Amino acid sequence: MKISKSPWVLHYDGSSCNGCDIEVLATMTPLYDVERFGIINTGNPKHADVLLLTGGINAQTAPVVRQLYNQMPDPKVVIACGICSCDGGIFKDCYNILGGSDKVVPVDVYVPGCAVRPEALIDGVVKALAILEEKRVKVKESMKQGYCTVDYSKIAVRMKAEDYDPTTQYDEVLTEEALREQAEAKIAQTNKPAPKPAAPAAPAANAQPAAAPKKDEGGNA
Amino acid sequence: MTITIPIAVEFLIVFPFVMAVLMFCIKKASLLRNIIAGLGGFSIMAIAIWVGVQVLSKTGSTKNTYITNAETYDHLIMGGEIFLMCVVIFLSIKYKKYYAILLSLIGTLPVLWMDITGNAITGKSHLRVDYLSAVMILIVGIVGILICIYACGYMKDYHNHHVEVEDRSYYFLALLFVFIGAMFGLISSDNLGWVYFFWEITSVCSFLLIGYTRTQEAIDNSFRALWMNLLGGCGVGFGLMYCNMSLGIANLSQLTQIVPRTNMLVMIPVTLFAFAALTKSAQFPFSRWLLGAMVAPTPSSALLHSATMVKIGVYMLIRLSPMLAGTFTGVMITVIGGFTFFAASLLAITVSDGKKVLAYSTISNLGLITACAGTGTTEGVWAATMLILFHAVSKSLLFQTVGDIENCMHSRDVEDMHGLIIKLPRLAFIMIIGICGMFMAPFGMLVSKWAALKSFVDSNSVWLVLFLVFGSGSTLFYWAKWLGKICTVIHQSYELEDITPRSEMISLFPLTTMIVVMCFAFPWMSDHMIQPVLNEAFYKKIPNVIGGSDVVIMMIMVAMIFIIPIGSRVLSIGKRSKMTMSYVAGVNAGDDRHYIDSFGKERPLYMSNWYMTEYFGEDKLLAPCIVISAIIVIIMLIIVIGGSI
Amino acid sequence: MVMTICKVVLFILLAPILGGLMEGLDRVVSARMQGRQGPPLLQPFYDVYKLLAKQTTVVNSIQILFVIAYLVFTIFTGALFFGGGDMLLLFFALSMSEVMMVLAAYSTNGPYSALGANRELLQMMCYEPMILLVAIGFYEVGGSFMVNDLVNVDAPAVFKIPGMLIGFLFILTIKFRKSPFDMSTSHHAHQEMVKGLTSDISGNNLALYEIAEWYDEVLMMGILAMFFICKNPISIVVAIVCCIIFYLMETLIDNVFPRVKYIVMLVSSWVVILVTAGTNLLILSVIH
Repeated sequence: MKISKSPWVLHYDGSSCNGCDIEVLATMTPLYDVERFGIINTGNPKHADVLLLTGGINAQTAPVVRQLYNQMPDPKVVIACGICSCDGGIFKDCYNILGGSDKVVPVDVYVPGCAVRPEALIDGVVKALAILEEKRVKVKESMKQGYCTVDYSKIAVRMKAEDYDPTTQYDEVLTEEALREQAEAKIAQTNKPAPKPAAPAAPAANAQPAAAPKKDEGGNA
Repeated sequence: MTITIPIAVEFLIVFPFVMAVLMFCIKKASLLRNIIAGLGGFSIMAIAIWVGVQVLSKTGSTKNTYITNAETYDHLIMGGEIFLMCVVIFLSIKYKKYYAILLSLIGTLPVLWMDITGNAITGKSHLRVDYLSAVMILIVGIVGILICIYACGYMKDYHNHHVEVEDRSYYFLALLFVFIGAMFGLISSDNLGWVYFFWEITSVCSFLLIGYTRTQEAIDNSFRALWMNLLGGCGVGFGLMYCNMSLGIANLSQLTQIVPRTNMLVMIPVTLFAFAALTKSAQFPFSRWLLGAMVAPTPSSALLHSATMVKIGVYMLIRLSPMLAGTFTGVMITVIGGFTFFAASLLAITVSDGKKVLAYSTISNLGLITACAGTGTTEGVWAATMLILFHAVSKSLLFQTVGDIENCMHSRDVEDMHGLIIKLPRLAFIMIIGICGMFMAPFGMLVSKWAALKSFVDSNSVWLVLFLVFGSGSTLFYWAKWLGKICTVIHQSYELEDITPRSEMISLFPLTTMIVVMCFAFPWMSDHMIQPVLNEAFYKKIPNVIGGSDVVIMMIMVAMIFIIPIGSRVLSIGKRSKMTMSYVAGVNAGDDRHYIDSFGKERPLYMSNWYMTEYFGEDKLLAPCIVISAIIVIIMLIIVIGGSI
Repeated sequence: MVMTICKVVLFILLAPILGGLMEGLDRVVSARMQGRQGPPLLQPFYDVYKLLAKQTTVVNSIQILFVIAYLVFTIFTGALFFGGGDMLLLFFALSMSEVMMVLAAYSTNGPYSALGANRELLQMMCYEPMILLVAIGFYEVGGSFMVNDLVNVDAPAVFKIPGMLIGFLFILTIKFRKSPFDMSTSHHAHQEMVKGLTSDISGNNLALYEIAEWYDEVLMMGILAMFFICKNPISIVVAIVCCIIFYLMETLIDNVFPRVKYIVMLVSSWVVILVTAGTNLLILSVIH
C-alpha cells in the first residue's frame, strides 16, 4: 500500500494577495473535489504530510513557516503554489519580502501561476506524492540508523532549576528568536535583494538543505 | 489479664481523652510531642484494628451488647452535658451570638430534666459492638488517627506560614483526640442518652476546631456550624425523649428492631434522628457549615470531611435504614440525598479553590450515601457502607495532600496545580491516586455507584435514578478537569522543593496504599465486612450483592490500570518518538507557555479550565438549592410527625 | 465460555474493519450529499496505514501512554459488550477510556488540546446520563444488566423504551462527533480550534486514536442494535437494517446542521434526555 493514497495538506499563506488561497480552496469544492485522492485539508502540521505554501515569505512569516515545517512529522513534502511562493513574484522587491518559500524551508515542487490554476495545483500535489514515497524509504532507513530517537522526556521531566537552559531543550531551528534575528539581519544586509533564478524548477534538495534532521542528529550525539 | 472486647472498647473511648489531656499539657511543638502523639495514636489504632478484626472474624450474629455499671457513667455523662452547655453559653456570650444559647438550652435542658426526674428508661445495654460498629471503628481508628499524626507535622509548618495566627496547636491537637474519643463513643454506644452526649461533643468540638484561627470569618463560620449542628442535636434530643417517654425504648438497637408498619408512632423518633443525620452529614439545606469549615487548618477539614463528623450522620442513617424502606421518611431522605448529590456536583464544577472542590464533592458524595441508605434496600446499604469506606480513605488523603501542596506552593487553587506532576511529582502521584479513588472506574467509588444505581432501580425511585445519572456526569467533569491540570506536562519547568515532613508522609503513604489495596480487596471486603453488616441490619441472610463474573471484570480493570504504565516502561513504547512543542499556530515561543504576537513580542499563554460560573455559579445555584431542600425537609417533618399523631 | 471467547476475539478482529468501512461509507455518502465524488470507500484504512508509516512526534512521553490506555480500554469495553457482560460496568469502563483520551490532550499543555479536552469533558457530561439511562432502560425491559440475557427477551426493547432510543440517537451525534456537536475535534473544515483533542497527537498515536474510534463506533452501533434484537433471529436482520438507516441519518444531520455553542449542546442534550428517557423511565416505573 502506498502512503501517498492519503496526503493530508496543511495550507499556509506566507504573504499573498489571497488569489492563490482562493484557488487552493477551490480545489476542495465539488468541481475539483480533491478528496477523490484522499486529500484532506487539515489545519494542523502534526497531522499533515504536504505543506502548501502560497505567497512570498516575509520577515514575520518566516519563523512561522519554519516552525510549522518542523512540527510536521517525516516524511513530508513542501509545495510552493503560485509565482510569489516560488520566488517572490511581483512582491519580490518589497522591503520585507525575503523571497520565495525556498528561503526558509526546502521546497519539493514548484507550481507556477498567478494565480495558480486548480488543475496545476492538483498536478503539483500528484507530483509531490511521488516525492513523498521516495522520502518515506529514506526516512525508514534513517530511522533504522537511530535517527530521531532522542528521549527528551528525561530532560523535560527530571529537571532541576539549575539545569534550565532553553537552548538545549529543543532543536535549534525551533528557537524563534534566532530565526527572527536571521531574517532581520538579512533584510538589513541586502537593501536590494540579489537576483534569483527566474525559472522555478530547481530540484527540492538543492533549494535549501533540510535543517531539522541535522539538528536532530546533533542533539542525539 | 486477657483483653476482652468490652475492655478494649472502653479503652478506645477513654484513652483518646487521656491523650487529649497530654497534648494539652505539652505547649510547644517538639519531638517529644510528636513521639507521644505517635505512640498514643498508634496504640489506639492497634487496639481499634484488634477490635475490628475480633468482631469481624465472628461468624453469625455478634451479640456484643454489654451491660456496664451504668449508674456512675450516667452521672458522668450528665455532668458532661452540662459542661458542654456551659461552654456553648460562655462562647456565645463572648462573641455575642445569642441564638446558639437558645438552641443549646432547647436541646439539653429537656433531656437533663428527663434524666433527673427519673423518666428515663434504664436500658439493658449501653455499649454494643456489632459489625457496622466494627467497620466504623476501623475507619475512625485508622483514618482518624492518621490524620491526628499528620496534624502534628502540619501544624508546625502551618504556624511557620501563618505567623498572624496565635500558636495554640496543643489545643488543636487535644481537640482532635477528643473528637476521636467521641467518635468511638458514638459508634459503640447503644443507649440513646449516650448517643446524644457524644453527638453533642462532636458538635461542640467541630465548632471549636473551625474557630481555631479566631478571625472574624472563622468565628462566623464556626457559629454557623454550631447552630446547624445544635439544631440536629435538638432532633436527637427530642427523638430520645420521645423514645424514652412514649415508647419505653432506651436503646438504638431496640428501636431498629420494631417493624414500622405496626406502629406508625415509631416513625417520629426515626424521622427526628434522620433529620439530625441530615444536619451532621451536611446535606442541603445544611451544607453551608461544611463549606465554612475550610477556614480551619487542613487536618480539621480532613477530619471533619472524611472519617468522622460527616460520617456520623450517614452512620445513623445506615442504622435506621431497614426502618426507612418504603416509608415516607425514607422517600424524603432519598430525595434530599439525591438532590444534594446532583446540586453539589454542579456547584463543584464552578469553584477553583482545591479545598472547596473537595468540600462540594464531600457534600455530593454524602448525598449519594444518604440516598442509598434512605432506600432501605440491601443493595442500598451495601453501597452506602462501601461508599463510606472508600470516601473516608480517599477524601482524607486528598485533603492532606492539598494541605501539603499548599505548604509547598503557597496556593491550593486548582489552576495553580497546573503541571503538578513536574513540580511536585511525589505529591502529584498521591493526588492522582486519591482522585482516581474518587471517580475512576475500577476504583471503589464507582463500584459503589454501580450498586447504588442497581438499588435505586430496584426500589423504583425514578427521580433518584435521574439525579444519579445527571450527577455522575457532572462529577466526572470536575474530577477529570482537576486530574487533567495535574497531569499536564510543562516543559522547561522544574521541580519545586518538596517540604513535606516525614511525619506527614507517615500518614500519606499508608492511606495511598490503602486505596490501592482496597481496590484489589474489595470483593473480599464485600464478603467479610459489608455482607455481615447487611445480614445483621436486615436480620436475615442476604444473597451476595455483587456477582462473581462482575468481580472478575472489575479485577481485570484494576489490573489494567496498573499494567499499562508498567508495561509501557518495560516495552519502551514511544521512546522512538521525536519530541516537539505543542502546536500554537506556528508561533510557539519555544516553551509551550509563550507565543510571539504580531509585534514580535513574547507573550505568556495559559489555558484555564472551564468553570461555567455564568450558568451554575455559587451565587446562582446555592440559594435556590437551599430553599428547595429546606422546603422538602419541612414538609417531611410536618407530614410525618403530624401524620402519625 | 468458549463461545464468549470466540465472540470477543471476533470483535477484536472484525470491529476495526467494520468501523473503518462505516467511516468510509460516511465519507462517501456525505460527499455525494454535497455533490462530490468523494474518496474511495477504503480511504480510512489508507489514512491509518499512512499514519502508522509516518514518524511519530510527541509533546511528552506520557502522552502516548494515555493514548494506548484509551485504545486498550475502548477495546476492553467493546469486548465486554460483545462478550455479553454487564451493561453498567461496560459504561463505566467506557467513561474511563474517554477520560484517558482527555488526559492525553491535557498532558500536552497546548492551547488547542486543552480547549479540546475541556470540550470533550463537556461532551461527556452531556452524554453520560443518557448512556447510564440506556443501561437502566434495558434493565427495566429485560430484568438484567447482562447483555447475554438482554438479547434473549421476548419482544424487542424498542417497544418498551422508544424514548430511550430517541435520547440515545441524540447523544449518538455527540458520540460520533457529528456536526451540530463536533465540539472537541472536527472532521471537517471547522478549524477554529484546529483538531482540538487530537491537535498534538501525530503519527502512530493518531493511528491508535483512529482505531480506537472505530472500535467505539462499532460498540455504539452494537448498543443501538440491542434496541431491536430479541429471541427471534429475524430481529437481527431488522437491527442491522435499522443501524444502517440510523447511521446514514447521522450523516445527514452532520451535513445539514451548523455547529452550535457549547451551552446549547449542554442544555439541549439534558433537556432531550430528561424529556425522552426520563419520561419513558417514569412511565415504566408507573406500569410496574
